[in-house]
This record gives sequence, C-alpha cells and structure tokens, in this order.
Amino acid sequence: MATLEELKARKTDIGPPPVEKFLHSIIKENYGKWRYHEILKSGVLAHTAESGAVIYTVRAASPRLISTDFIRYICDLAEKYCDGYLRFTSRNNVEFLLANKDNIEPLIGELENNGIPVGGTGRSISNIVHTQGWVHCHSAATDASGLVKVVMDELIDHFKNEDLPAKLRIAVACCLNMCGAVHCSDIAILGLHRTVPKIDNERLPKICEIPSTVASCPNAAIRPTFIDGKKSVKIDEDRCMYCGNCYTVCPAMPIADPLNDGVSIWVGGKVANTRQGPSFTKLAIPFLPNNPPRWPEVTSAIKNIVEVYARNGKKYERMAEWIDRIGWTKFFSLTGIQFTKYHIDDFKHAGLSYRRTTQMRS
Amino acid sequence: MSETPLLDELEKGQWPSFVSEIKKSAKKNKKAEGLLGQLELSYKEKKTHWKHGGIVGVRGYGGGVIGRFSDVGEEFPGAAHFHTIRVNQTAGFFYTAEALRKICDIWDRHGSGLTNLHGSTGDLVLLGADTDSLEDIFCELSKEGWDLGGSGGGVRTPSCCVGPARCEFSCYDTLALNQDITMTYQDELHRPSFAYKWKFKFSGCPNDCVAAIARSDFAVIGTWRDDIQIDQDAAAEYVQNGLDIQTDLLAKCPTRCIEWDGSLRINNPDCTKCMHCINVMPKALRPGKDKGACILMGAKAPIVQGALLASVIVPFIRLQPPYDEIKGIIKKIWEFWDENGVARERIGECIQRVGLGNFLEAIGVEISPQVVTQPRDNPYIFYEEYYEEEGGEG
Repeated sequence: MATLEELKARKTDIGPPPVEKFLHSIIKENYGKWRYHEILKSGVLAHTAESGAVIYTVRAASPRLISTDFIRYICDLAEKYCDGYLRFTSRNNVEFLLANKDNIEPLIGELENNGIPVGGTGRSISNIVHTQGWVHCHSAATDASGLVKVVMDELIDHFKNEDLPAKLRIAVACCLNMCGAVHCSDIAILGLHRTVPKIDNERLPKICEIPSTVASCPNAAIRPTFIDGKKSVKIDEDRCMYCGNCYTVCPAMPIADPLNDGVSIWVGGKVANTRQGPSFTKLAIPFLPNNPPRWPEVTSAIKNIVEVYARNGKKYERMAEWIDRIGWTKFFSLTGIQFTKYHIDDFKHAGLSYRRTTQMRS
Repeated sequence: MSETPLLDELEKGQWPSFVSEIKKSAKKNKKAEGLLGQLELSYKEKKTHWKHGGIVGVRGYGGGVIGRFSDVGEEFPGAAHFHTIRVNQTAGFFYTAEALRKICDIWDRHGSGLTNLHGSTGDLVLLGADTDSLEDIFCELSKEGWDLGGSGGGVRTPSCCVGPARCEFSCYDTLALNQDITMTYQDELHRPSFAYKWKFKFSGCPNDCVAAIARSDFAVIGTWRDDIQIDQDAAAEYVQNGLDIQTDLLAKCPTRCIEWDGSLRINNPDCTKCMHCINVMPKALRPGKDKGACILMGAKAPIVQGALLASVIVPFIRLQPPYDEIKGIIKKIWEFWDENGVARERIGECIQRVGLGNFLEAIGVEISPQVVTQPRDNPYIFYEEYYEEEGGEG
C-alpha cells in the first residue's frame, strides 16, 4: 500500500509535465527558428536553424512492445551520445538527438551491433504502426506484433535504405476497430472475423442490455427475442458483416473463431495532404489464413505488392498515386492478385465506386 | 519459464523482436512470464485469451486504466490481472534518459516491466498491472510529475507532431497548443462524460505527421494564406545537384502553379498548400508568413457506421495563446454534441446525420465554399424559409 507520504503527494489532474525540460538546449535556443533539413543518409537527419546551429537525429527501429531493459538501454545510449535527450516518432521509432556530428557513427555502430536497425527516413518503409492483437486485446482476430515482426523481417532492406519511389507506410490492425490509422496507409494488414457471433443465451440476459445490443449493429441484423422464456437476441445471419461491434457492447456474443478468423490486405491509402490529398485504403486481398507464428501467406503477399510497386512506381509516387496512374486493372494483373466479387463494395455508399463512364484502360 | 516453441520462431530475423522483449522481462517478473505462456497458447490455438473488459481504476479518475483479465488465469497466474495504465506522454514525445528511467523504476517495482512506447493514441502505455498495485503506481507516477491519459467516452490523450521543436514546416506551435488543450480539459480527459470518445490531434503542416485527418474527431493542421517563401539561390543549387525539376517538382504540382526558367515562379492564388514542392526542396521553399491552421472534424475508423476522413470546419484560424477563439469553438461543439449526440456515435457520424450545414449553423461558424469540394448535386433540399400568403382569412 502507498505510504502516508505518497498519499500526501498524490495530486490529480496535474497533466503531463511541460515539455521544456525534455528539450536539448540547441532545440530550446532554436525553437521555431529552424531553416531547413537534410537527410545525410538513410536514418540520419540534420536540421539547421536560422542561427546556423544544427541538431542531428538518428532514427532507429523499435518493436514498440518493449521491456524496461530496452528503455534503459536506449537511455544509456542517449546519455553517452546525446546529452541524455531522445524522442519517439508517431510511428514508434526511437529518435536520438545529437549535438555532435562525430557521435553519429559510433551511435549507429552500437545500435546495429545490438540488433536495432537504423533507417525509416525519406523514401523508405518506416516502422509499422499496429494494435495489440493476441498480446493484449479481447477482440483481436489475429496477432499484430507477430505480423509486424514477420513483415518487417521480410522488408528490412527497405527500412534501412531509401530505395522506393516514395515513402511507404504500413499498418496492422487486428480487427475492424482499427486502433490507429490503418484505413489510410499505403498498405494495411487488417485482421477480420468471417462468421457470426455465437450467442450465449444463458449469460446474455444477465450481463447485456438488449436495446443497446440491438442498436449496436450497423446493419440492423440483431433483433430482440425470447429463448425458453428468457430475453435474448437473434441474428439475421444474411445481414451480419462480422464487424464485432455487438461483442464490444455485449460480452455474451463472442465472435472469435480460430478456424475462420484471418487477415485481409488493403492498399492505396494516404494521410498527407501532398499532391492528390488523403485517401482510404482499398481492398487488395479479401482473406489470407491466420498461420502463426510466421504467416507465410501474408509476408509473401506483402513482399509481392511492395516489389511490384518498387519496380513500377515513379519517383515521389505513393502507392495510391501509382495505382491511380496505371489503373486498378493493371494493379491486379501486375501483382497477379485475383479480382473477385468481394472487391466490389456493397455497403452504404457502394455506388460511388462503380465505374460510371466508358473511359477505361484495356 | 514454460516452453515457447512457436514464439521462439519470432526471435529469428533481423527486425527487433517483441518476443525477446517479453522474455527479458519474464526472466525476472512473474507477470511477464504469465503473459509469455498465455501468448504461446494463443499462437497454438489461434485465438485471444483476454476476457472482455472489466472495470478497474484509481481514486478520482473515471479513465486512464483499462481492465484486462485473462480467461486462463489459473494456468498462467501472472497474466490473471494484466491491466493497462495509460500515462499521458510529453508533447512531441520528447524525453530525457533520467525521466524515462524513473518511470522504469516505478514499473519494475509494481508491474510487468512491459510497455508500449507509445500506444496508438499517443500515451506511454504500461502493460500488465495487478488491481491491487494500481493506486501505488499512480501515487509514485504522480510524485514524479506524471498523470494518466484518457479512455472511454471522453477526451482521449491529445497528441501532436514534433512541431517547431525540430521542424521548419510547422505553421503554429503544436506542442504549446497540445499542452494548453490537455491542461484546459483535464476534467473531460479524466472523467469521461461524452457520448463516445473524442480525439484531439495537432499537426504543424499539411504533411500531417500525426495522421490527424485520418483518426481525430478534432484535427488542427497547420497551413498558411500568403505566398510561399522562395530562396532562388538554394533552388538553383538543387537543380545543379541533379534534381529533375520538371518531372519531380513542376509536373507533380496539383494545380500546375509553379514554373521554372532558371528561377522559380509561383502563381500563389492557385496554390493549394499541398507541401509537395516544399518537401522536395526544403532549403529553397518554405511556407508563407501568414501562418495558422485549418480545423477539420470527424475522422474515425469503420466502427460503427463506416470509416470517415476529417472534413474542413474552419478553413483558417490564427493560433496564439491563450487560444480563446479555438476554445470557444470547442465549447459550442460540445454543447451541440450534448444536445444531439447518441451513445457510441462519434461526432463525425453525428455531423453526417444532422448535416454539415446545420452543424456549422448551430456552432456559429461561417458557412463558406471551402468546406465542400462541390455544392450538392441532388435537389432534395430541406428549405426552412418560404413565403406566406398575404392577408389570408381573418
């Protein structure tokens, strides 16, 4: 239990500490006065201020799920080479902030000797953003950390080198809740369920509210009913899209199904407002099996899409822009991915993606 | 430790392994050992072993701690309670080694030793606490100056890009606004009372490095209104150094408003501030001087009614402390949401249901052509004004 002293120190709503004390003096002195940046080599940035001062950044990989040992190790490196200052990117990379250019190579040497690759800048694949998966989530249809590991093992050269037409952002979500922006990535790996929830009629009336369970379905597939005189719900199986929202609202409707849960692949999403602006990902592969621990079907599918894009995309063309130029027909023929009925939208705004012109490539 | 033949396969390969991280903690920590065993079982059976939710927390807070209970707790006692503690990260994810080590010390004493740096929303996530140790962990974090982040139907932990701390593109101080908003709405953050979650994200320029436009209910994305600043000598240097300016820069401009004849000429009224040319030659081109931000609202993932990108609410706003104008807009939006929102409906879905025009009118924001890509093309218009016959029967 907390000591009396700790209870006295207990304050609520103090918020996060002000960032100033975590900023290197070069950053503090040149805050808001940066002039330009250069990528010195893959994984190394130099930001030059109006004053002429320079701060160097070394960007390194992280598995995101990290032990305190890992944190202590990067803290040791930050103290040895960076006056103790470091930060993280919104894609979970570690960034070491260096005042002294001569420290760059020794830092990279230590990182790489300890199995932490450096890269992820410019026209490369940065770290994959991902969700919790089987590691720590109740609604996961797959494991996110495992997928990230096996896909990045396959694509690591594109993390270490800027050898792609443009930056390539990959994201993994282990169910349709998509904790993170996987619906706007160049490539999204999305875990999904394919069978209707199994209703536990014993528990349901005890732990779930019937009206909110009925209302949770985006496709009105759930109706109230009586089973053996007790209140419960029934599912119109033809209307169920396996989104799992009813399970979020009502724990007595589990949707996990080890035999049928798996992974879908989506491409051509983008967040930045550059050039043609943001866009959603579109379906490339409707289903691949969950095949842990190394998901070989998923890694080869992703590798194929990345390599076809790397060969055919033009400089500064994101995945979405490349596909727009060549057309989806060509995308499917170049990648050898089969186009099926499942690729044609049949939800609310489905008609918007039907071709409403005779203009098309052969 | 138990045998983990499946997870061992994930220690092979060049990318840093999360399994190795779990094992490092599992060597000295029973909770991490429990997680390792349970995860191996999940890999074997291809299914999760976490139960659905469970309400836990610390005194005075309605969120910030997420209950996580195992359905195989008897087999893996360490994993039986494995709650998440969301610690509100620093603005821009800046830390010192000293500060991170103190968090590690607290976490090694009371938790699993496993973390996420960071969670999807931005929090520094501590993964795997027992119910009984939550209060102690909170007290010790609080003593070191840290507080909890958000969860549930309230303000979620705001996050921002690196901003003016280390980026020349930033059109406003993302870190300062992020901190101000986080402190202003501590109550809404820690005691959730909304119809559903509310995410604030702050990006300094249209590159949008925190993906605000894709995943926040209220996105503030920096932009400018005047002319792009040009350094002609630096531009010439890029060309001399081999930049294919025709293909890689001019032809990629979405409105073809930039030309090169030995020097750069930009027809600024046609510029949509997309950042492409600035990204290609950051030494030669910079955003203008009349800087501010665009406010967009309503982005979300598919659950419930389908995914949405954020859409423009206020095309341009200047952002200076004390940020009264933007806070006034937030206040009006929350009043509107209180009146019109329904449970588990994000604000983006709510705006679509009531209509963007009605929403803008209700919150008192000017209705301009900039909020749409085109006017409506369907004639089903809900007219609210019409003439009445004069005189009439008296």
